[in-house]
Formats: sequence, C-alpha cells, structure tokens
Amino acid sequence: MSLVQGAHQETSQPAKVRAVLLAWPEFNKPAVWLVAVILLIMPFIANGFFLIEIFATTLILGTVALSLMFLAGYGGMVSLMQLTVAGFAAYMVAVFGMSANTNISLGWPWWLATPMALILATAFGTLGGALAVRTEGIYTIMITLAIGAAFYYFTNQNWAIFGGHTGINTIATPRFWGIDWRSDIPFYYVTLGVAAFCYFAVQYVSRAPFGLALQGVRDNPRRMAALGFNVNAHRVAAYAFAAFIAALGGVLQVWNYRQISPGSVSVGACIDILIIAVVGGITRPVGPFIGAFIFVILRTFALDLLVKFGLDGNRFRLLIGLGFLAIVFWSSDGVIGLWERWRRGAAAADKRAGGGHGHG
Amino acid sequence: MDNAAPRFSAVGAGAALELRGVTRLFGALAALTDVTITVRPGERRAVLGSNGAGKTTLFNCVTGDFPPSSGTIRFFGEDITDFPPYERIRRGLRRTYQISALFPGLTVRDNVYLACRGVSRGRFSPLRPGANDALMHATEALIQAVHLTSVREQRVAELAHGQQRQLEIALALAGAPRFILFDEPAAGLSPTERRELIDILTSLPAHIGYIIIEHDMDVALRVVESVTMMHNGRVFKEGLPHEIEADPEVQELYLGAGHE
Repeated sequence: MSLVQGAHQETSQPAKVRAVLLAWPEFNKPAVWLVAVILLIMPFIANGFFLIEIFATTLILGTVALSLMFLAGYGGMVSLMQLTVAGFAAYMVAVFGMSANTNISLGWPWWLATPMALILATAFGTLGGALAVRTEGIYTIMITLAIGAAFYYFTNQNWAIFGGHTGINTIATPRFWGIDWRSDIPFYYVTLGVAAFCYFAVQYVSRAPFGLALQGVRDNPRRMAALGFNVNAHRVAAYAFAAFIAALGGVLQVWNYRQISPGSVSVGACIDILIIAVVGGITRPVGPFIGAFIFVILRTFALDLLVKFGLDGNRFRLLIGLGFLAIVFWSSDGVIGLWERWRRGAAAADKRAGGGHGHG
Repeated sequence: MDNAAPRFSAVGAGAALELRGVTRLFGALAALTDVTITVRPGERRAVLGSNGAGKTTLFNCVTGDFPPSSGTIRFFGEDITDFPPYERIRRGLRRTYQISALFPGLTVRDNVYLACRGVSRGRFSPLRPGANDALMHATEALIQAVHLTSVREQRVAELAHGQQRQLEIALALAGAPRFILFDEPAAGLSPTERRELIDILTSLPAHIGYIIIEHDMDVALRVVESVTMMHNGRVFKEGLPHEIEADPEVQELYLGAGHE
C-alpha cells in the first residue's frame, strides 16, 4: 500500500506510522501480534515433539505451499512442481554437503552447500517455469505435474547422484557458534525465521511493481502486453521468485529429516502442497500456513482418531480428502475465505441488530 | 488518397504510421485485405465503417495483438511488423479497447501506475515505490487529467461505466505516447461524458497523433482532420471529414445504413 502514500509527500512521524500500517495491515491487528508472540515463545510452552513434528513441519510445508500461493494467487499459474523444486534443493544439500553416502556427497561445508542448493534449485524452478509459461490453465498444471513425476522417477532410478530409491541418509546439519542448529529449539527458530522472511517477502513484493504487474498479468495478459510488459518474461520471473522460496523450504526439510529419498518428492507429495495451499486459501500469504497447520494436525492425529473409531489409521488421507472437498465446495478461498465470510456475516448481523433497535 | 501512400513511404520516417498491403486472414476469412494507410505525425484520423469492416482488426494488427498475415507496418520509419506488442508500446504506440480491458481487482491508482511502469524501466522491481517516486507523480497527474481523482483509491470493478472508459484512456496516455489508437472511446457514454471525452481528445498535445474508431459522427468528426472509410476489410475511401460526410457512396453505405 505504499502506493497510497506516494501522492502526499508526508514526512511527519505520525504520517510515517500511518504509511507503515497501510503497507503492513497486519501490524494493526491484536490477533496477529498474539500469534506472533505465541510463535516466538513456543519453545517454552511446547515439548520437542510439538515443536518439531507439528510447528516446524507446518512452517516448512507452509513455506513450500507459499511459493505455490504466490504463483497461483498473484500470477494465476497453478504449478504442481513446487515440491519438486524443494526436493531438488534438498537433494542438492545432500549431494554437495556431507552424508553417510560418501560415494555421492561431495562433503562441502553447509555454508557452501546450502547457497549452491538454493541457486541450483532456483535455476531448476525457473527452467521448469520457462517451459510451463508456454501453456495456460490446465496445461500448466499438466506440464508442471509431468516435471514433478519425471523428477520422482529419475531420482528412483539414478544411483550415481540421487542414491536411487533408498536416497541419501544421515545428512549433516549446520553446527556453529557452539550450537547444534538441528537440535529442537534452535531448529524451530531457524524455520520460524525463514518462514517469516518468506511470508513478508511475498507480502512486500505483492505491492511492489513486480508483484502488481504479476497481478495485472493474471487479470489481463493481453492488456499488460499493450501496456509495454513482456508477459512471459514476467511469468518466468515469478517462477524464479517462487522457486527460491520453495528451495528455502526444501533446505529446511532436509535438515529436519536428515535424509532425502524419492518418497519425499512423489507425485502424492506434490499434490499435498496443492491441497495445503487451497485448503488454507491462495489469495493471501497467510493461507498456506493455515492450510499446512490443518494438514499436519490431521496427518498426526487423525490416525489415533480413526483407530479409536475402529478404522484403519492409514486412512487419514480420507479425512484430508473430505475436508478438501468440503472447503472447495463451501469456500473457493479456503479457510481464510470462510473466516472472512464469517467475520462479514457477524459484522452485518451487528449492523442489523443495531439498526433493528431504531426501527423496532 | 491511395496513390499518396507510395509518396509518403519514399520518405519513410516522415510518416507516424504506415501500413502497406496489410492483410489479415482468419482461416479462409479475410478480415483485412491489402490495407494501405499512411498517417502523418500528429495527424488525427477517424476510421469509419460498419460492423465487420475490419476496424478493430486493423488496430490489432498495428499493436501486434494479431500480427498481419502479410504486408508491412512501419512506426515512425521503423518496421515493426514482427515486433511483439510490448516492443511497439515501448516505442510510443498506445491503444484503448472497445470493451474496457482493465484490471478490475486493482485500484484506479494501481491501474494507472502499471501503465506508467509498463513504458519505463523497473518493470521487475521488487522494491515498492517511495513517497517521491517520479512515476507516482506521473500517475497522479494522469488520474487528474482524466478527472478520476475522487475515485483513485477505489477498485476498478466498483467504477461506473463512464469512469472505466476514462480510465481506459488514462492507461493509453501513460509515459510519452507518440501515436494512439482509440477503439470506440465514446461507447456507452452519456452526452455529458461525451463532451468530456471530446475535451480530453482535443486537449492532447499537438504532437500526439491518433486514429479513432467511432460510430458517433458528432464525436468523430469534431476531433479529427481526416477520415478513412473501411468496408469489408478494405479501405473504401479517404478524405477530409466534410468530403466523406458529403460523399454519396459513403452515405449510402454507412450513414444510410446507420439511419435505418
């Protein structure tokens, strides 16, 4: 919303504060501050299991889904290869870094292997995007799914670099300043930091020329070309930006599990990311994190719940599938859409009640 | 006027827009056949013709939305026939659309800002514009020029039809236009809004030429100095407004049909 302040050359302190609030509407909501504080003090309330299995995992999946939200929500491009890009980054961390598979891993220190993985995965996602932007709508979905499926089968069969179907195991994680960054509490803060960085980056870019133009491309590509924009170049750049975010998520994921195998980049896992983004809502960056939280909670606890009802615990996907159906059916904008509608409905009810007194 | 085209093309850069033998086929259907038109810099011309005469296809060929099947298009002497649309726009060509082609989810200000950004550097900038951003000032000036200051924060989807048409024109005026194609800018406007439109068109700087497609002769003939009459995808007649108006063939073809 900094566009708004542009007209008036306000420099006074209150005006600056107002401008910041316009740019970051979240800062004005108590609920947001509450969530931020809870996330920050989480290690003092949650045990290691909750911290890593629930919250860190949510933040990692949310970050990967955020990259899809950016492409789909602002660019109108549904890419099913975002998890593949993340998985590619994870594999590159394993290949360039240190692991038990000494015949594969090059043994670089983490501070060299990680940037290398990010660069290569971003390049991979950009190339995939350059292929995908030649198509529209359902064909974009098909081509990105094809890239994801091809990568999955490739990792399964390639032993020289990807370690075949057993993958790469016991991958080294960063240790410096005397801290093991993979131990629960430091790792939680690393994921929180990365996820927050990605969230604010997407939020910020959405109002910068690059993001605004991307929304223009989504709404009317032909008119964007008639305004002087190279529409395809813009779309490819969006894939590059999204690939970097997905790659960050992939690096976190491989540090989390300390191993990577084809199962992590399967077609099913690619589709999980789509489900997470859609269930949460793809119109705003917070959606994917909400979706990821719901997904992780269901995946973790649906098992016990189902067993309690005498059903097979492995059917937790059935619950996710039903939830997905219900949300797509009732709200095309995911959980945040439901929430907003409920808020609007409550506000309207308030108004009616207030007006009712006057007339009654 | 057809025989005037070779004389203009001999001096090449003398023409703002020069079409030579432009043909556009859609399958077997020829939407444009061998159209040759030359427009001087700063010249203001109307293109008239009934529905299906090829007027909008002509615009689409010039802007590159649909490239011509054959023929050449020169813009200020440069052959732009094979250029993608954005390269033509960056050279100072602009157009408006018959059916408003705006960004309904964005505000008026964002729409105009995008238009300003499209013809300047930093299209990929990930940095938000600062308070003193030159393009922001240009955006504000344009919004004011088309009388939309009061609604600049509103989403375009919420605007009235007339306001959307004005915004459509604002998008075409962004940057430094040298030549503009107006596709029925008066469509659906009230008499008052038409007067405002005429004001906007006549107050454009003299060096900006344009071609306007307009069915309303009152609007068209008040804002142009020359007229091209099209029929069935061909140039039927060219001349001064009063010549075209008085031409019996034109009256029979177009004006007569319009009064049915």
